[in-house]
Amino acid sequence: MGKKLLLNNDHIPGINTYEVYRKNGGYASVEKAIKTMTPEAIVEEVKKSGLRGRGGAGFPTGMKWSFLAKPEGVARYIVCNADESEPGTFKDRYLMERIPHLLIEGMITSSFALGANTSYIYIRGEYFYVARILEQAIDEAYANGWLGKNILGSDYSLDLYVQVGAGAYICGEETALLESLEGKRGNPRIKPPFPAIAGLYGCPTVVNNVETIAAVVPIINNGGDEYAKVGIGKSTGTKLISASGHINKPGVYEIEMGITVEDFIYSDEWCGGIKNGKKLKAVVAGGSSVPILPADLILKTANGEPRLMSYESLADGGFATGTMLGSGGFIVMDETTSIVKNLWNFTRFYHHESCGQCSPCREGTGWMEKVLHKIIDGHGSLSDVDLLWDIQSKIEGKTICPLGDAAAWPVASAIRHFRAEFEDHVRNSKKVIDPKRLVSNAVY
Amino acid sequence: MNNGKEIKFSDESLALVQRMMKRYPEGKQKSALIPILHIAQAEFDGWLSSETMDYVASVIGILPVEVYEVASFYSMFNMKPVGKCVIEVCRTSSCWLLGAEDVISHLEKKLNIKTGQTTSDGMFTLKSVECLGSCGTAPMMQVGADYYENLSLDKVDSLVERFRADGKRKTYTDKAEARN
Ligand SMILES: Cc1cc2nc3c(=O)[nH]c(=O)nc-3n(C[C@H](O)[C@H](O)[C@H](O)COP(=O)(O)O)c2cc1C
Ligand code: FES
Repeated sequence: MGKKLLLNNDHIPGINTYEVYRKNGGYASVEKAIKTMTPEAIVEEVKKSGLRGRGGAGFPTGMKWSFLAKPEGVARYIVCNADESEPGTFKDRYLMERIPHLLIEGMITSSFALGANTSYIYIRGEYFYVARILEQAIDEAYANGWLGKNILGSDYSLDLYVQVGAGAYICGEETALLESLEGKRGNPRIKPPFPAIAGLYGCPTVVNNVETIAAVVPIINNGGDEYAKVGIGKSTGTKLISASGHINKPGVYEIEMGITVEDFIYSDEWCGGIKNGKKLKAVVAGGSSVPILPADLILKTANGEPRLMSYESLADGGFATGTMLGSGGFIVMDETTSIVKNLWNFTRFYHHESCGQCSPCREGTGWMEKVLHKIIDGHGSLSDVDLLWDIQSKIEGKTICPLGDAAAWPVASAIRHFRAEFEDHVRNSKKVIDPKRLVSNAVY
Repeated sequence: MNNGKEIKFSDESLALVQRMMKRYPEGKQKSALIPILHIAQAEFDGWLSSETMDYVASVIGILPVEVYEVASFYSMFNMKPVGKCVIEVCRTSSCWLLGAEDVISHLEKKLNIKTGQTTSDGMFTLKSVECLGSCGTAPMMQVGADYYENLSLDKVDSLVERFRADGKRKTYTDKAEARN
């Protein structure tokens, strides 16, 4: 194993600069695409590759591209989602910081394929310094003729801009992102119409994650079929995993899909085992929104098969015993972790980040945070666990965008797999009356 | 007015703002609002007073309310005055698992303020914020453009001393320090 398609050059000194990137084969996909391929042929290669969106939902990228409406005389847009705010996820930052030209190259090839002449990279505001790195790379690309008018002497022209956000998890949701890019509050739009029909400025738009766009580069260079040979089943290619929490070697790892979760956690090639020789308690495998699994279920499926790092294997068993690959934000918790307190931390996040449009999410996230706080401070009762279950069930599926689901799933899964720990907490916690803590947590 | 100063972009900022507005199709210049608010916040004392927001509205040619509703939505915009150094400690998930609460309470003690408050000398504001995409180097905090990662309490102390000695306002639009 150990096949790399995106980060294979990330150890080369100066790979962030144009010269070094180009010397190591950079921008070959743009040359190949513009000089030898039609836009339709590029979309076809992406379809063949089996690439699935790396932003969290895993939707097939080629299919998404083929849905893009192409009315005569109307601009089309491709917007790169570099909002990366899902707790536990930091792979896009790593990629953009280390190899900014890989994203720029992917944006040019993708924009050519979709017939976009203006494209945007929307990056979370906190990544301001990364935005500068991207802008510098874009300047270099313009200076060397990869952007601007008549690229490589063709009649294809493209302008590429970086847009910074200003702190809002919801702006990672694609329609909220488009609102934000239009200079508005990040309130998700009701779908349909989907962005492929009416997106940025009401024009047909594709929104793709940073890693998705970067993967277009090896797909065009080597062909979709070659890409599809990497990985396992419908989980083709490689995936960037952001590994964090109680592990010896946190960091961003590019893995070939199909390695076992056990290897990923314990092998020195990746996480290097649990810190301080402790035992594994639980894992959140795909960013804070996906269901948490206890050690036994993350290492093996309910049928006793080894669990693999792939879309299908992580989802095996549905939500009853499985989870999701999500954004690949892999958060590891050792035996000392309180699942109840961790859940409170997550619910505070969703409460803080709810945009407030839909009442089930706006009100429900606040109530879940409050009920958990009450349990943690020793004032809970057993019925509060049922109350939490009830609240989450009334958010899921009842909101304009999936932030509601993302807030509900961690609660449902924590109760499903760790109910006894909640009940212990209710029975055994000392009553805390600590207004100081309440204040310091409540004041932003 | 901010401390009696006139609210008007420097020539350099104005040129940048005008370049930014050209990134969008004709009639869609409002798209530049968030980037322009960042520039305004950096230039006008680290926060967005109503005068600053009215001024931004006039530069873009939109209604003041269109600026207020956006500024108040995003957590990086300060709607009231803040210290020269806004220390933003990540409190979520992996940072929390690896000691963010200790970092926050250490800073509260050291600066003698609670989270959300500003020191009486106007030097520091302490905030706790949600995941900053640096979970593999937890715990971490952001000050201006810079990420400070793998924090220990000693490291926090020496950073605070450095910011104090430096005494300058830190903003998101600063050039970041060289990274490892
Ligand atoms: C609340 C919420 C937050 C999201 N945050 C991100 C994000 O930070 N980055 C991202 O690429 N996708 C994010 N998504 C998914 C996007 O809506 C969208 O599906 C994705 O950008 C599509 O790109 P892909 O097909 O390449 O994955 C988020 C979705 C939701 C509901
Ligand atoms: S949890 Fe702190 S940076 Fe992600």
